[in-house]
Formats: sequence, C-alpha cells, structure tokens
Amino acid sequence: MSQKENNILLGHGSGGQMMHDLIENVFIKHFGNTILNEQADSAILPVSSEEIAFTSDSFVIDPLFFPGGNIGKLAVCGTVNDLAVSGAEPLYISVSFIIEEGFPMSDLEIIVESLASEAKNAGVLVVTGDTKVVNKGKCDKLFINTSGIGLIRKKDRYISKAFNIKTGDFIIINGTIGDHGMAVMNARESFNFKSAVESDCASLNKLIREVIDKSTIKFMRDPTRGGVATVLNELAGKIQLGIEIDESALPLDKSVEAMCELLGFDPLHIANEGKVLFVAGEQDGFKILEVLKNNELGKKSAIIGRVVSDHPGKVVLKNQTGGRRIVDSLAGDQLPRIC
Amino acid sequence: MKYIDEYRKKDLILSVSEKLKSISTKAIVLMEVCGGHTMAIHRFGLLSLLPPTIRLISGPGCPVCVSSQLFIDTAMAYSKVPGVIVTTYGDLIRVPGSTTSLEKERASGGDIRIIYSVLESLGIAKKNPDKSVIFLGIGFETTAPATAAAILQAKRENITNFFVLSAHKVMPPVMEALVKEGVIIDGFIAPGHVSAITGTAIYNDLASVFGLGVVVSGFEPVDMMQSVLMLAVQIESGKSKVEVQYQRVVNSEGNKIAQQMLNEVFELRDDRWRGLGLIAKSGLKIRDNLSSFDAEKHFTVEVPESSEPKGCICGQILRGLKTPVDCGLFGKKCTPSEPVGACMVSGEGTCATYFKYRS
Amino acid sequence: MCLAIPAKVISVNGVTALVTIEDVEYTASLLLLDDVNPGDFIMLHAGFAIQKVDADEAAETLQLLQDEVNNRPDEFKP
Repeated sequence: MSQKENNILLGHGSGGQMMHDLIENVFIKHFGNTILNEQADSAILPVSSEEIAFTSDSFVIDPLFFPGGNIGKLAVCGTVNDLAVSGAEPLYISVSFIIEEGFPMSDLEIIVESLASEAKNAGVLVVTGDTKVVNKGKCDKLFINTSGIGLIRKKDRYISKAFNIKTGDFIIINGTIGDHGMAVMNARESFNFKSAVESDCASLNKLIREVIDKSTIKFMRDPTRGGVATVLNELAGKIQLGIEIDESALPLDKSVEAMCELLGFDPLHIANEGKVLFVAGEQDGFKILEVLKNNELGKKSAIIGRVVSDHPGKVVLKNQTGGRRIVDSLAGDQLPRIC
Repeated sequence: MKYIDEYRKKDLILSVSEKLKSISTKAIVLMEVCGGHTMAIHRFGLLSLLPPTIRLISGPGCPVCVSSQLFIDTAMAYSKVPGVIVTTYGDLIRVPGSTTSLEKERASGGDIRIIYSVLESLGIAKKNPDKSVIFLGIGFETTAPATAAAILQAKRENITNFFVLSAHKVMPPVMEALVKEGVIIDGFIAPGHVSAITGTAIYNDLASVFGLGVVVSGFEPVDMMQSVLMLAVQIESGKSKVEVQYQRVVNSEGNKIAQQMLNEVFELRDDRWRGLGLIAKSGLKIRDNLSSFDAEKHFTVEVPESSEPKGCICGQILRGLKTPVDCGLFGKKCTPSEPVGACMVSGEGTCATYFKYRS
Repeated sequence: MCLAIPAKVISVNGVTALVTIEDVEYTASLLLLDDVNPGDFIMLHAGFAIQKVDADEAAETLQLLQDEVNNRPDEFKP
C-alpha cells in the first residue's frame, strides 16, 4: 500500500495502483457494503417486479463546505429527495467524483465521510461509482454526480402525475424557506455578513414515507433551485388552475428574512434542500400537517396556500398588507451554483 | 425586524388609506423619484388603497435605469482590458449594453466581481497590487458618499491601483427639469435616504418657486401612505411646502460628514440621463486633484456607437409620461429574463417592478 | 439600490461598528457617521452607516397613527 498522499494527483484518476489505493483507503473505507465490495463494473442489484425509479443529479456547489453541510451530504440528499418525492423508496446510489489535481486528501475524506453518513441516515447503499482526476484548473475543486434507484409501489405510482387536484386543495410545506440559498451565499460571497443561517439540507424520504402511509397526498415536489415560486408555477401550469399563497403563512427564519431585505432577494425564489411541498385535500391536509409537526424535519410546517379557480396557471401571493401580486418563476440567476 | 415591521401593520395602513379617501377631492398626480419607492408601492399593493382622485407616477428614480448607454458600454469595455478587475454593485450585472452585458463578459472570462460595499473593492485592490481595480460608481446622493469615502481612504492608504468610473447623479436638478419640461406633477414624494444625506433644503425651490409640495418619505407602506396623505392635505389646502414624513431618519440638516466628503471628492457637471438627455449640473465628477482615482482619466477604451434598443420607451417611462403597460415590448420581447431596456433589468426599474408585482 | 435597512449597533471599534439585523451580523463602516454608540440604531446602506434612527421620532409617529386606529377600532380590523 503506497504512502497516503496529502493532495489528489493526476495519478489518482489514472486507473492504476494510486487509484486503487484511493478507492480502498477512502471510498470503500466509508461506503463499504457487500455489493460495493465486489467492485465489479456494474452493481448487481436484487429488485422485485415493481417499477424502478431512477434519477441523476450533479453537484457543483461553491463553496464545498457551508453552514449545515457540505457537497457530500448534499449529493445524497439531492438524489434521495428526487426519488422520494416521486413516491419511490430510495435504495441504491452511485457516486462519481471529478476531482481537480491538487485537491487536499483531508477535505476529500471529510466529504466522503459526510456522504457515507448521510447515505446511512437515509438508508441507501452506495453500490458503484467512478473517479476521475483532471488537471489543475480544469474543474473547480470537486464535482460529484449521484444517480439513484428506488422502488415505487403500485399504490404510490399516481404521485408524480398530479391527478385529481381540485380547487380548495391545500399547499403545505415542511418548514422555513430560503435557508439553503442564504447559507451558501453567506459562505461564498465576500459580502461579510455573518449569520447563524444553516442549510436545511436533509434526506426527506423517511418523512415522506410517514406522510404517504398515514394520509393521502395528491402531489409533492422539492423546491430546490428556483425556490418555492418555481415549483408552484410549474404545478399551476400543469393543472391549469390558480394557486394562492398567503405571505403571512410562509415559514421564514428571521435571519433569512433580514438577509433578503438587506440584499433585495425574494425568499420564494431561493433554493431549498430539505423542503417538500405537498398538495392535498383539506381533510388530508390537516392530517399531513400533524404528521409533519411530529417529525424532526417538519417542526415548522405550515399550510401556505390553496388551489383556486381564479387566474388559472398563475401563482398569486396575498401579502400581509392585503394586496395581491403575481409570483413568477425565477427569471435569470439570482444566485449561481447554489447546488 | 425593528423599525420595519411596525410600519407594515395592516390596521395602520388601512387607517391612513381611509383618511386619505375622506379628504381627497381634487384629482392630483404625485411623482416619486426613487426606485425604492417604486418597489414599495407595488410590492405592498398600495395603488389599490388610494382614492381614484390620486394618481401616483414613477419618475427617474432608478440610478441604473438613468445611467447613460455610454457609461454601461464603457464599463463593459473596461472588463475586457487585461489586468483589470471590475467591481460593481449587483444591480449592474445584467444591464444590457449596446452589444453585451457584464454578466456575459464575466462568462467570457472578464474578471467582474459583485460587491456589497465599495470598501470591498479597496480590499480587492490591496490584495491584487498587480491589477487595476475599477469600481462602477452608480447611485444618487445616498450612495455617492460611500464612493467618496472609499476614494479618500484609498488616498490615505496610498493605494494606487483603485479607480472609480463615476456615474453618480444628484436628484434636485432632474426633478426641476421635469417640471420645467411641463410634465404634469402636483407634488413630489421625495426620496428618504437621499434626503437623509442631503437634508431638505435642496427641495425648497420646488415648493417656493414651482409651487409644488414635497414630502420626504420612508419606504414602508405606512410611510408611503402617510406621505401621500400629507401631500393631499397640502394640495387640498392650496399650500406647497417641504415636509418630512420620514422623521425617524431625516432631518433638515442631513448628514454633514457625508456632505463634506461629497464636496471634497466630487464636483457637479452636466450629465446625460438616459431617456432625459443632458441635465445641467446633475452629475458628480471626481475633482481634478483626485484624478489619480478617476478611471476616465486612466483608461482609454473603444466603445461601440451607442444605440437605444428599437421600440424601447424607457425615456418616456422615466419621465412618468408613459407606464410600462404602454410599451409594445413590455412583457413580450422585454421581460426580466430577457430585458431590452434598463428599466426592466434593474430590480427597481419601473418596468421590472410592474412586471414582478403585476396583479 | 436605495436599500437601507435599520440595524442595531452592538459595538463600536474606531471607524467600524458591529451591527445586527435580527441575528445577521455585519461590520459597518462609520466613515460617514460619528457619535454612534452601542444600542443605537443606524441605517445601513451598501456597507455604511449613513444616518441614525431617532427612536423618539419613530415612537411619536407610530403613536399618532395608532391613536387614529384606536379611536375607530372596528373599522381597521386586519
């Protein structure tokens, strides 16, 4: 076994002994399981005759480390959540690294450890992966791609189709909005604001499973890049009904609110990484709220609006002073490379 | 948030709105000249709380919108000069120049950095002694003192690679120009934070010479409604004076330190306002004895022939003669994601505000 | 660009002051304002303290407005 290097070198991506050592000493060390340990070119996975959900996500976040997490944790949450909001139970993920030459080994280890820990937390296995190293300057420190597979039970298949949504249905969210975007922005820019805002980055599959098992939802999606506004606009367009949000009902962390005031941002357009929007009938809506509030990841849940027959295809915000205004999808790039 | 939430209370807003409806008899047009006011009016839906007799129009209150095409094109040209770091407030990053934008130049490799405070530019200059750091100075009297302070600080610390391209402007001349031009205005809602710096004497002529009421307003919905009420009361009683609604921040003297610094660093010059043409003594130029910090004196760049985009009526919108909905491009060819004119790009431009807060 | 926000002064350190808006901290420049003390509120604009907030004036304005509402409580229920 060769001596442990301090930095990633081009040789670590070359396929030879150095790469072998990197895989053994860093990746297998943290991710190891019977499937992965086989180290075959493809992971052979036992599945039943249900439908498979499959998703892929790449993570190019800058900075790599931010309050509340790092790119490793995010790489799991993002993919797990994409599967979970489709109604699937996330099972397996692949993790591919593109690493810039010179990247500190110690940072890689911390990130991999976080990734492994989050995978364990979410109950998914890392079963395959890839490593590439590129010359200095050819990628910005570290990019990660995770692809994930989950199983969808027949009874949950309807969830991603947005059927049966009617006027009067509730829109519910499991907590405060804009935390992730603001936390990352604080960590990245030289603006020099200090706040305790942390990314809300979290795997939501267990929370979602609880909600699905104990109630009936009509639709759900996670508001990542583009924020709550973008997801709701997509939904309104899909169902050709209107959506009305109540500004005073939006859960908002005070520091996030202050940062938005300071910099002129709209929290509805800022990325979240630990939030899910549910649409449900009124009765189910109250039940869902109850389930959410009893969960660690849903303490600040709230019913934020309803589906309405007015202004089909559009999202309207009723603000605290009684006025109404249209809420658009995010135009342009409020904050680049936020996930 | 303290000193904000209290001024957003619905019952207070409605109370002022009721009072306004009860006293207003004359049909009047009030103009605000501050992007922050434009935003507040639309964000909080205040137009629906006004009686039909009162019309609020937006004037040239967005510093980005009124900056000339030449300034924007010069900024882009600077970003292409090797060894230059362009630092700017975020508002400018997507403004379209004649051929490109700072955002596009950044994508092509230009070193363009968004900062929150001009002092960050100084920091960047100190950290990069082999580069030239150019700061894009836009803004009215609220923001110009910060630039002045930065230049004086740079002088104290002997920083020789920090430069400012000044497009700073002052408000009163353009307010008077609009009145002289014949734009129908019965009263002005004056910018609260400009006035925090300048004090209120700058509006005296508007009241005494032109007979127009001026109320210096804060930015929360209660502030704005109260300012409209104060103006309506004046006009209904045939008076015209300068009053301050925003008393918690504005006093008649203003900020003397800031005024002094402005005077030390800048002098007035005739300046071109986009859509309004040349307005005498309305721009701030860096004084000759500080010309070592003046980007215009140091960098010669080639700038494309300035062209106003076809069909864009920003000029008339900035004068309050038309509203965004009168523009054929509004919401169709010109949107926040694909802006044609500056009024749409800047977050507080009239068109961007109308679009964002349309109902 | 007009964005100026009231911030509370926590401590003063020569030409800078540590200010907070809710829990967000910022080191503001005092190059444009003097006689600033911990406990004061200032208007923060583009990284500078540009003016102080007069607590008495603020209270007075609000009280007048509130009195109006209190005199006719039923009309202005939110």
